[in-house]
Formats: sequence, structure tokens, C-alpha cells
Amino acid sequence: MIDLRGLTLAEKILSVKAARRLRAGDLAVVEVDQVMVVDSVAPAVMRVIDRLGGEIRHPERVTVVVDHVSPASNVEVATSQKSVREYARRHGLRLFDVGRGICHQVLIEEGLARPGTLVLGADSHSTTYGAVCAFGTGMGATDIALAATSGRTWLRVPATVRVSLQGRRPSAVGAKDVALEVVRRLGADGATYAAIEYHGAEAWPLSERMTLANMGVEAGAKCALVPPAPTSEQGSDVPEWLRVDQEAEYASVLELDLTMLTPRLAAPAQVDNVHGADEFSEIRVDQVFIGTCTNGRLDDLHVAADILRGRRVAEGTRLLIVPASSEVLQAAVDDGTMATLLAAGATFGTPGCGPCMGRHMGVLAPGEVCLSTGNRNFLGRMGSPDASVYLAGPAVAAATALNGRITVPAETLAGNETGGSGTVEPVIGHA
Amino acid sequence: MPDVPTMNIEEPRLQQRRVWLFGDAVNTDDILPGKYAPFMVGEDRFHRFAFAHLRPEFAAEVRPGDLLVGGRNWGLGSSREYAVQALKELEVGAVIARSFARIHFRNLLNLGIPAFTSDTVPAGLADGDLVEFDMARGVLTRSGERFELDPPPIFLQEALAEGSILDYYRKHRRLPGEKPAS
Repeated sequence: MIDLRGLTLAEKILSVKAARRLRAGDLAVVEVDQVMVVDSVAPAVMRVIDRLGGEIRHPERVTVVVDHVSPASNVEVATSQKSVREYARRHGLRLFDVGRGICHQVLIEEGLARPGTLVLGADSHSTTYGAVCAFGTGMGATDIALAATSGRTWLRVPATVRVSLQGRRPSAVGAKDVALEVVRRLGADGATYAAIEYHGAEAWPLSERMTLANMGVEAGAKCALVPPAPTSEQGSDVPEWLRVDQEAEYASVLELDLTMLTPRLAAPAQVDNVHGADEFSEIRVDQVFIGTCTNGRLDDLHVAADILRGRRVAEGTRLLIVPASSEVLQAAVDDGTMATLLAAGATFGTPGCGPCMGRHMGVLAPGEVCLSTGNRNFLGRMGSPDASVYLAGPAVAAATALNGRITVPAETLAGNETGGSGTVEPVIGHA
Repeated sequence: MPDVPTMNIEEPRLQQRRVWLFGDAVNTDDILPGKYAPFMVGEDRFHRFAFAHLRPEFAAEVRPGDLLVGGRNWGLGSSREYAVQALKELEVGAVIARSFARIHFRNLLNLGIPAFTSDTVPAGLADGDLVEFDMARGVLTRSGERFELDPPPIFLQEALAEGSILDYYRKHRRLPGEKPAS
């Protein structure tokens, strides 16, 4: 057994994978448990694998997900996805096709990202796997192809930034608000090359841990780990050695008091341009998008449905909802959430990434404004470079859809005496 | 004097390269917007959309060997390697920035676009500058003014000596730094 004493979670996982004790800064070649490929980069991955001789070391450890433009939007995409399906079938790779959902959601639902494993994804939001304390990290097509061919990858062992979440979060402040505040405090490159360990989120529901870990990459993190809770739903799936070590050395510590946190928002066009959402009540919104690997889960749809129940989306504002997976969609149909959202005037897209990358299903025109529950608001991200994207959690998204302006649900600031001009009651005609 | 042709001891004249200066936090959506991914617009066309939003003139005006110079956190955002592939298609010579986002940094080196980190060089250059760049020595000159850059780490030099990490793997069937299988 390797001596894991005094190591961070990232150091422990990589040490186990490399079968030797590793510390931050070491360069290591490690075994990979799961390689995840998405439709948009699969052609390049396949091309590199073929250049390397076409061998795939462990086909059962490679998963292909068709989610980035799903279903296909044009002949070019359809042709590309057709070749990806054929390749997956020929090589015996696991394939999740159109409608199954967003890669990160699907891998966790399917148990392919598990505590203590190393998952490489051809998508930067692979940090999401840290929600189950898997070392999830994004890489480009060449690195992904090399990992599929060799079964291994090379990494520099990251130093760790400990994010210490303290105090009870107000009930109306969601995981997204915490995630955005962490990005604001660290900055978009505050955790570059580093792992994040989120202490204080161990007991959060899986969906919220996923939101938190997902946004870790927006601070530049290589992986974003939530330590396993001893009594979580992960249960016996957690290896004995995967525990926070009191002697572990951290590169830095960010302490965040959650008790005073209010709903957050990232204004255009950088994710760390984070402010109180109530400062933006003058902004009229053409489109509200609830979905993505950040906030497209059942809990997010519940938050939205609770605000939208019995009300109607504002005239002149579109509400697009894209569930993160077919499982999420099924559950939301079964428990009546979809009916509530539909009655409120929402419209729905196929489970997948939706309009997050400006490719289909809700692309923005010049001058339009979108409030999205996604993770990136870069110039031109969702369509025209003359459109603007604001990022927030599902509660602000739903209240905004009702008012047609960026709105913080009134109850979220209950107890905050100063209130703010953005704290209008989320009822039509009451702005 | 032995019977050999006189060696030209003058260094070959280094190519004049244009500097394309960018600011901080140039993201992968800036480098290649997602809607222009090769699987959406075609493998033969996508590179024409490099910097389509940020600097629409770039793809038409960039010349082989030109240098991209940026500030902090160059390449943040998506893991899309095709952002680097677009720069490769346009034969960008190198990227110099104060710092890089990690996935993009790997992608640059994997596709063989040298990436240099420097605190001082980006501040000393202006957009449109014509410079000479001796990449092997990490020396950049502008009208005789000299700028020095740190060379890439040993691990990568080992890979780049074979061409790229891919070439290294194809030749040795292992990754740089790994012991040969016994």
C-alpha cells in the first residue's frame, strides 16, 4: 500500500492511480479509469487514434456522448455524428446517443464516474465529476486520443486550493450563487493548474455538489473535489483511503461565509464579473435559458417550477428549458414539474447542451439579452457577438422570466432590510 | 585553406513576423467561436473564423509565422482543440502570454504551436510590431531591441525533440518520462 498520509485528495487519487506516492508539482503518468468523448470533438479524437495505429487499450473505459449539437442541426453535423456512431460501434465503445443527455450528467447517473477514480473528459466541465470525488479533468482531442490508445495520461500533480464554506446558506441562495461567488473571489485564473477542495459542501445534495464542482473550471481549476460525506448516498462506493487528511498541505485557503450571501449574477462577458443579482433590475431580457451541465437537473427544475407555478412568463420573453438528461426529463414528467413549467409558458429542448454554445435551439440575435443558468457568458457565446449573456441560478432565472427583467425572487432577500431595487415580487404586472 | 566552400558565418536572416497583440483573458470562444467548429462548418473552412468576433480581420490578414501575444490566462474556457487547430491551419508561429489556461496550453503543445510564458515581453510589444524570433534560443528582437523568453520544460522538450507528444508515442509506444516496458 502506498503511503497516503498528509496528502490532499487530488494527491491521493493520483498516487493510487500511479501506484506511487505523489506530491503537488510531480509529473506523473497515470492509469485512466474512464475517457469521455463528446460529439463535437469526436472526429478529431478518432483521427488521432487512427494516426496512432487505431488501437484502443480498454474500449470498455471509453464513453461517447452525443450532446453538444443534439439532435443534429445541419447536414455537416449529421454526417459527422453518423461517422462517430459507426466508429463507436466498430470499436465497441459505450455510446449515449441523441436525447440521453449532457455528458457529465450521464456519466454520473450511469455510475461511470465514481469516488476516487480518474476521469478524462473531452470537455472542460469534466471537473463536475468532483461532485462524487472523482478526479475529473478536461483535455483536448489529442490528449483524449492518447489516453484512449494507451490507457494512460500524463499530468502534473496539482497543488490544492481549499475552499472552506462556512455557516448556513440562506434557504433561497443556491449552489450556483456559491459557485459564482467562489469564481468572483478566486478570479478566472485563481485556481489555474490547481485542484480545488470544497470543504463544507460534503452534505449538499448531489445536484448541488455537481453545480459547485462544474464551475470550478471557471476559476481555471484542473479538478474540483467535494470530499465524500461519511453517510452520503455514495455509501460503500467510497474507498477507505479517500478521506480529507488533517495534515494535508494547501497552496491557499479561501474562507467563504455563506450566511450573508445573496443571489449572484455574472454580467457579460467574463464569468468572474460577478455581482449581486439585484443590481441588474433594469436589464430587460429577451430569453431565459434554464439547463446545462451547471443547472439542468431535477432540483433546478423544481426551484423554477416553485416560482412559476400558477403564473405566466412575461410577454416578449422566451423561456427555454433543456433538462440535463432523459432521466431528469422522465422524473420531471412523473412528478408534474413539466406540466407546471409548460402551463407557465416554458418551451422545451431535447436533453443535451442546448443553446449554451450558440449552435442551435435558441441562438441570440444582435442586441438580444439572455439570462442563462449556464456557465459561460463570453462574447458571442450564445450567438451574435452583439448579444449579451448574464449567468445566474434557476431561482433568478425563473423570476426573470416572469418579469421580463432581471429579478431576484422577493423571498430570497427576506430578512435583508435594505432590500434593493431588484427585489420586486415575481408576479406579472407588478414590476 | 582546405578545399571547402567558404561557410557563410552570417546567421540566416530571420523572418519578419507581425505581432498580434491581445489583452487579458482571451478565451477559446474568442479564438474560435463554438458555432464555427469544424463539425459544424466543415474541416476545410473552420479556421477562417478564427477570432471572428474579437478581430474579424485576423483570419484574412495573418501571415505564416506571425506571433500572437496576450496577457493573463490566455485560452481559458473550453477544451476545444480545434481552436488551436485553427491557429495551426493559419500557420501561427507561436503564442506568448503572461499566463495560460491549462487545457489550452496542453492543446498548443500537442499540436506543435510553441507557447511561451513571459511577464515582461507582452508589455513591451505593440500590435502590428514587426519582430524577429529565434525560437530555439527564445530570443525576440524588434529593431535591435532584445527580449528573452524561458524555454519550455524538459518533459516537453523531450517530446518536442521527436516532433510532438504524438510523434513521441508513435515512436516509443510510451509517454515521455515513462520507463520503457521491461
